[in-house]
Amino acid sequence: MEGFIHQVVSGLATGSIYAAVGLALVMIYQSTHHLNFAQGEMAMFSTFIAWALLEKGWPYWAAFFVTIAASFILGFVVQRLFLRPVEKAPVLTNVIVFIGLLVIFNSVAGWIFDYTIKPFQSPFPKDAWFSTRFFSAHEVGSMSVTFCVLLALYVFFRFTPVGLAMRAAAQNPDSARLVGIRVSMMLAVGWGLAAAIGSVAGMMIAPVVFLDPNMMSGILLYGFAAALLGGIDNPWGAVIGGLIVGVLENLLGAYVIGTELKLSVALVMIVGVLTLKPSGLFGKVVVTRV
Amino acid sequence: MSKLLEVSGLNAYYGNTQALFGIDFSLEEGSVTAILGANGAGKTTTLRALCQITRTTGSIKLDGQELAGKSTERIVRLGVGHVPDGRGTFTGLTTEENLRLGAITRRDRAEVSLDLERMYARFPRLKERRHQQAGTLSGGEQQMLAISRALMLRPRLLLLDEPSFGLAPLIVVEIYRILREINEQDKVSMLLVEQNASIALDLAHEAYLLETGRVAVSGPSETIKGDETIRRSYLGY
Repeated sequence: MEGFIHQVVSGLATGSIYAAVGLALVMIYQSTHHLNFAQGEMAMFSTFIAWALLEKGWPYWAAFFVTIAASFILGFVVQRLFLRPVEKAPVLTNVIVFIGLLVIFNSVAGWIFDYTIKPFQSPFPKDAWFSTRFFSAHEVGSMSVTFCVLLALYVFFRFTPVGLAMRAAAQNPDSARLVGIRVSMMLAVGWGLAAAIGSVAGMMIAPVVFLDPNMMSGILLYGFAAALLGGIDNPWGAVIGGLIVGVLENLLGAYVIGTELKLSVALVMIVGVLTLKPSGLFGKVVVTRV
Repeated sequence: MSKLLEVSGLNAYYGNTQALFGIDFSLEEGSVTAILGANGAGKTTTLRALCQITRTTGSIKLDGQELAGKSTERIVRLGVGHVPDGRGTFTGLTTEENLRLGAITRRDRAEVSLDLERMYARFPRLKERRHQQAGTLSGGEQQMLAISRALMLRPRLLLLDEPSFGLAPLIVVEIYRILREINEQDKVSMLLVEQNASIALDLAHEAYLLETGRVAVSGPSETIKGDETIRRSYLGY
């Protein structure tokens, strides 16, 4: 029984990270109807930035926040440079750009930081007061950090003018232009925010999976599963989807299929959702009259 | 009175198709000008051209400042409010968020909140529905929302695209009463595009009749209303 509970809670902890990745994907999907395949690699690259700062002897939290800011700028600049020219292009063009970004970030990270697997420090000491029989300190810590990020995002979108402008631009870009919103700029801010969320996910998962340029490939797959399960256009859905995916992955890995096949859980879920309930658990069902 | 808007030699294109052919018109500060015409005459295109949503050539001057070549967002920031074709409601946001979006480019937050209350005083129905999703509002309510959203900008010029479209006659009368009030009390200049010629001519000071992208007839509304031939051949009433 104790083993079972531990599987569930550690599933929630990794699930919260999948939730963050899923949320980053949903954010870009909502405004552009594209899935950013490079989201994971951007998060990996951000984590390397944090690693480099830590290697220079920066205190953890300083490195953490500087990395978030740097990732925001990185995401913003990537949208301006690479996505803006293809904003009106067909979906496939965008997909090619995403795949190009994925390969570029992966190779550049390998080139600068090399491909050896590196340990990444957790800011939460093993014997912290909040570690319990069921939760390790890092699990509690990473879950709390992710939920702080979610809360901050909620407040930003719900209560600030920029958040409102971004929601308007995502929902009805034509109308948004007619009230004076710079829609293209809002897309870039969205990319920045998504990259910032991704960086938090990267820094929180790196102590568990270790840091290397391919660190996020599996995580991104779980993030996709999370976003799809919750409904690709629903931020809350992505969060709940992430938690469900995390728990299911752990339970199936421990009791049914073994750890080697864990990643296929994500794949099965993606295919399952797309065939059985394409709108996900909480997504909007789009009905078009023909 | 001075000219607020002066348009000369305006051509507009959708891709390679030309929709407007050298249109000239002007609008005096504080007045209402109506653009009338049948379906496909280029009424909506004229408004889109002013906002630079379509590709144009020719000159569009707002208070002496050239608008041609500027981005839509920039033109809105210069004080051109738009009540678009189809009302442009942000259906997933609340009524109040829709109104706040109208003032999103303004920096005087305290004044914006006051304006919000003024809109609610003018449209009590919107106040009742302030926290409701705007997509659930009725057609008339959404039209009122579109008008008040555009007014939240405190526009110098208000562009209205068929405010009577798809609404019950009583609601149309109500909306035009409010538009007249806004023009007379708040001195907002308006450029009005309408198919419903009789009600538009009652409100407007001047009118232009478009036919396949060209100005066919123009003049003071009174003259146009009084001219039997024009009424029969262009306005059909």
